[in-house]
Amino acid sequence: MDATAGAGPRLRARRRRYGEDVVKGVLAVCALISVATTVGIVIALFVPAYEFFQDISIVDFLTGTDWSPLFEPAHFGVLQLVAGTLLVTAVAALVALPLGLGSAIFLSEYASDRVRGFLKPALEILAGIPTIVFGYFALTFVTPLLRDIGIQVDIFNTLSAGLVMGVYLIPTVASLSEDAMGAVPRDLRDGAYALGSTKVQVATRIVVPAAVSGIVASFVLGISRAIGETMIVLIAMGQQPNLTVDPREAAEAMTAFIAATGAGDVPTGSLEYKTIFAVGATLFLMTFVMNIVAIRLVRKYREVYE
Amino acid sequence: MSRSLKGGLFRLALLFSLGVGFLMLGTLLVDVFKDGLPYLDKTLLTNPPSVDPEIAGARPAIIATLYLGGLLLLFTVPIGVFTAIYLEEYADKTRWYNRLLEINIQNLAAVPSIVYGILGLAFLVRGLGLGRVLLAGAMILTLLVLPTVIIASREALRAVPDSIRQGAYALGATQWQVVSRQVLPAAIPGIATGSILSLSRAIGETAPLIMIGAVTYIAFDPTILGPFTALPIQIYQYVRLPQDEFKLLAAACIILLLGILLTLNAFAIWIRNRYRRTW
Amino acid sequence: MAGTRRKTHGMRQIAKKSILLALLLVLTAALSGCGGDGRGDDEAGDTTTTETSAGGEGLSGRIQADGSSTVGPFTTAAAERFREVEPDVQVTVGVSGTGGGFERFCRGETDLSNASRPIKDEEAAICKDAGIEYVEFQVANDALTVVVNKDNDWVDCLTVEQLKMIWEPASKVKSWQDVDPKFPDEKLALFGAGTDSGTFDYFTDEINGEEGASRSDYSASEDDNNTVTGVSGEKGGLGYFGFSYFEENQDTLKALEIDGGDGCVAPSVENAQNGTYTPLSRPLFIYAKKKSFSRPEVAAFVEYALNNETEIAEAAQYVPLTDEQLEKATTDFEAAVEEAG
Repeated sequence: MDATAGAGPRLRARRRRYGEDVVKGVLAVCALISVATTVGIVIALFVPAYEFFQDISIVDFLTGTDWSPLFEPAHFGVLQLVAGTLLVTAVAALVALPLGLGSAIFLSEYASDRVRGFLKPALEILAGIPTIVFGYFALTFVTPLLRDIGIQVDIFNTLSAGLVMGVYLIPTVASLSEDAMGAVPRDLRDGAYALGSTKVQVATRIVVPAAVSGIVASFVLGISRAIGETMIVLIAMGQQPNLTVDPREAAEAMTAFIAATGAGDVPTGSLEYKTIFAVGATLFLMTFVMNIVAIRLVRKYREVYE
Repeated sequence: MSRSLKGGLFRLALLFSLGVGFLMLGTLLVDVFKDGLPYLDKTLLTNPPSVDPEIAGARPAIIATLYLGGLLLLFTVPIGVFTAIYLEEYADKTRWYNRLLEINIQNLAAVPSIVYGILGLAFLVRGLGLGRVLLAGAMILTLLVLPTVIIASREALRAVPDSIRQGAYALGATQWQVVSRQVLPAAIPGIATGSILSLSRAIGETAPLIMIGAVTYIAFDPTILGPFTALPIQIYQYVRLPQDEFKLLAAACIILLLGILLTLNAFAIWIRNRYRRTW
Repeated sequence: MAGTRRKTHGMRQIAKKSILLALLLVLTAALSGCGGDGRGDDEAGDTTTTETSAGGEGLSGRIQADGSSTVGPFTTAAAERFREVEPDVQVTVGVSGTGGGFERFCRGETDLSNASRPIKDEEAAICKDAGIEYVEFQVANDALTVVVNKDNDWVDCLTVEQLKMIWEPASKVKSWQDVDPKFPDEKLALFGAGTDSGTFDYFTDEINGEEGASRSDYSASEDDNNTVTGVSGEKGGLGYFGFSYFEENQDTLKALEIDGGDGCVAPSVENAQNGTYTPLSRPLFIYAKKKSFSRPEVAAFVEYALNNETEIAEAAQYVPLTDEQLEKATTDFEAAVEEAG
């Protein structure tokens, strides 16, 4: 773009337009704010986390199964928290991935324009509901409902949180999958129909495989958001670190620990304070890796078809 | 199995997928309205929180949310739009630092909101010593939604056909003139829509504000440099109180919050539809 | 070209509308601050001394309190009543836990620190190093209550030894039957205070013999409401917190009598005041920064809290001070105000 500004014959005297440079400077500074944010996040997380690991062995942290950092004697094994996060993510994924994909297939292959015009905004509404509302719903409606139908859940439990989180993630999975399927060229479908395929066959054997990198990206993104979600697990899942695969029990997720500890006022610089950052750094790394994978996959399907 | 039966079953399964989500949405809304509507009254809007559910309200939270919304618009729109302009109109995309910038923004869009809370706690509250004030909350929420505003603005700028730019250049305009007088005005509906949608997301955020320390009990109207609480935090606090009346109050606050969000979203969509242009 | 011009005009309108929307939001917020409360928005809102309105009708200023979630509701109740007398004084009450409250207090961030246990020596040292001088006021008594679910029909009284067995650090007790073979095999769901809580310190000290010594596999929270929700939701639930939380939730919880060696005693106002509810009766404190007393609004607030202590305690469902305790607190207060001048 730089080359085009001032392209053409130089008809006037060479007078530099300083205004242009100023503008460019201002714009670049604005862009740097996003860089500063990332740098800030990295420093904010990893410097205290590094200090934390001066006192606590990183091996103990990653492999220990007892998370009781504030008790005597203190234990700093993060696995209980990671297990809590992974369990609720698994429940959420079991809900969100199939239902999201199903919704996407319907929107992309089956819905008429009119229906789509009505369903897509509806999905956007679902996506716009704040997670605190979902948390409220999980605690006050879903948990009693589960008990009413006979599932013996604790008052705070992973199942309610996971189910609600799954529904919360359906729009994420659905919209990205639908984008991917929409990018598949019409010709592929038309060819299959011409050969006598049914809609089911076109959808499942042509479109979905063609859009698979985008669909997988939507799954990965959904899982990443589940891992990073705070309010639903904070309200409905519990604050008792628990290494279990039984979602009817209470457990604590990494994000819930960070929020609960950060909300209380721990003294700056104490070991307790630093646990926020150690767990935060772990969380960040997990979601960061998944996000990179998702972004790569999206780029891949966009390249192929656009 | 016959083809049409298989087809029918498959279609049913897909409709079921959609159905579950909307069923839960419907149940949620019905439940919230049933519980909260009786408590949605003038008291909620004018009274501060209290230990007595009969007179408890959410006034400081509502005011703080309005403040946050206003500050957010003032912060994110200029920074977000300028960054988008830089990336779309000025940056040489082959340069490694510009590609890094793009990836950086895409990453930031997916970072969990609680990490932004940690950022705010470390730098704004403790580091800069701002303390647990409303301004810090606004700044952190700004950083949180900035990536989405940038991405949406870029889409809007990209949608403007190149011929508009070329025509302006041909008439002798400088780069900034092209951008400010031709491209940007054409992209404003898209930018406005994206900004308002991001704003509505930020207004519903709770986790970063918890980390910044929105306090338990404030009975007075918040100021920009003072302690604060916000509507989502108020909901969180009321939900945790074991007495049933407070859960109903929480539901009333949720109705209020959803009302604000719905208005904002409707406004954004109205802008998008009204000012949509085909090239 | 006319079409283009009209569209451009529309774009400007959009831009104007958006800026207007933003300013409108901020303006609404600002304006709704005025009217109603008559409180100006030019309060800087920091914790340094603020001027009182010169010759005005009332006091103004901001008082920051933080600390125990047991004492928090008491301070909040006092603040609500105080607001009716002095509407321009803004009181904020945080609940970071007794320990967390002291940390902020000794950094000078708060004027008052709510505490459900006396200040520890280490904490006092930190305050001393930071030059923070304070006064300790006992503002209420508490009968630390052990609660179970309303549907729990198999236990009415526990001995201190039984409590220790349940709560000690390496405890493997998972079911009620482990506590007493006559109890049903119901899962024991434990809820309690977090480690920043004075309630936690006090309970572990009295029951387990050492402050901070406790099993860690229970649902811990600085917010006692969490414990209420937990215990009232689980048939086999067991938890502990200050008496006022039980009083507030009598319809969903049952308080256990505690046998401290002399028979089962129920938590109640009388038993807390006459000392028979042992070992779990304890004093509740508010610590005030001496320097803050030079601000009239702080002195006025503490004075109000002490003068109306019985009323506030009863309304917030705490165990009020005995006459002697109240007298002592008032004397200490008057001395502190004199000192601050």
